[in-house]
Parts: sequence; structure tokens; C-alpha cells
Amino acid sequence: MSEKLSIVLFSGTVDKLMAASIIASGAAAMQKEVTIFATFYGLFALRKGDWKQNRRISKDFEDYGAQFLQVLEAKKAPNWLETLQSAMDIGNVKVKACGLTMDLLSIKLEDLEPIVSEIVGVAHFIEEASDGQIIFL
Amino acid sequence: MEGIKITKESDARGSFCPGPLMEMIRLVRSANVGDVVAVISGDEGSKKDIPAWINKARYELVGMEEAAPGGTRIICRKNH
Repeated sequence: MSEKLSIVLFSGTVDKLMAASIIASGAAAMQKEVTIFATFYGLFALRKGDWKQNRRISKDFEDYGAQFLQVLEAKKAPNWLETLQSAMDIGNVKVKACGLTMDLLSIKLEDLEPIVSEIVGVAHFIEEASDGQIIFL
Repeated sequence: MEGIKITKESDARGSFCPGPLMEMIRLVRSANVGDVVAVISGDEGSKKDIPAWINKARYELVGMEEAAPGGTRIICRKNH
């Protein structure tokens, strides 16, 4: 069985979404089985089309926010969703939605970007992640 | 690299980590067994990243060379 890397994607800011998608790409390239558990604000960011207007930056790093976003645009860096899609093209990457967040906000699977494959509970995620590394972002 | 015939090459300068690696993976996947493919990367990290992937996927790193301007050509043989 291949090694696992699981990412709890709690944040919905562009900086953290980029980090998650880039780490997922590297792990997928290195043949790990990658699961992204999108919860709370991470799940908000995966609502269909949200990425187009998402310019949020983590509060801790807001001083750098404007500069960071400007550089991304000027240098035409791929957006996090594209990066995540190419990670899925080259390796084993699954994005799963947190059932609690879905219920609280009345979000349905069809409201999310099609990269999200299913809705799961926390116990399922923990069980699936249990013999691998977990990163919280 | 003298005497090495590169079947396909992709210029990934201007692409950011992990873009050049993704490009190498796509090239190798679409190549036939025995083909030699190359990616030119301007990203410093690629010099470590791409060989690490080649090693992990058990392909052969044929070599790396400076490809002017501001790029390194990383050459891989799809040996299986």
C-alpha cells in the first residue's frame, strides 16, 4: 500500500489554499495517496466559482496580502484550483467535503467544484488518515 | 548532452514550482518506453525536485545542463 498524506483544509484564504494545493501536488508526484478534507472556510472556498473572486489572505499575514496577490497576478502564477486539478491529473488526490459544514450551511455536493468527490464525516476521515501524516491548514 | 537524442522537450521557464515537475510527469507519461524527454526549468527548486521524482518513479536521470538563458535542462529516459 502506498503512503498517505492527509490535509485538513480548514482555511479558505488564497495563501493557505495555495499551500494546500502545492503540497498536494508534491505528494501526488511522490506517489502518495492524498486526501484533502475540506471543512469550514476551506469548504466555502470550494463552492462553485468562488475561486474567481476569492482574494482573501490569512489574518496573520495581511500586511503582505496586497503585495502577495499583486505578485501572483503579475507573474501569472496558476491559481490554486488549477494547481489542485493538475495534482489530480498526475496522481492519486481526492477532495472530500466535511458533512458538518455541508449541513450547517445547507450546501449540496452539486454546489461545490466538481473536484470534490464525496461528503464524509470526521470519523471516516480520521480512519482513512490513520496510518499516514496529517497536515492542518 | 552529446549523443543523446531528445524525443520531446518542453520549455517550462516562467512556470513556478511545482509546474516544471508537473510538466516532466506529463511528458514522461505521454512518451514511449525508451524515449528521452527534457524539461527546461528556470525554477531553482526543480534541480532537486525533478531528480527526486525521477528516482521515485524509477526512471533514469540522463543529466542536467545549463540551457541559456536562466534555465536548466533536465533530461530523463523513460526506461520502463
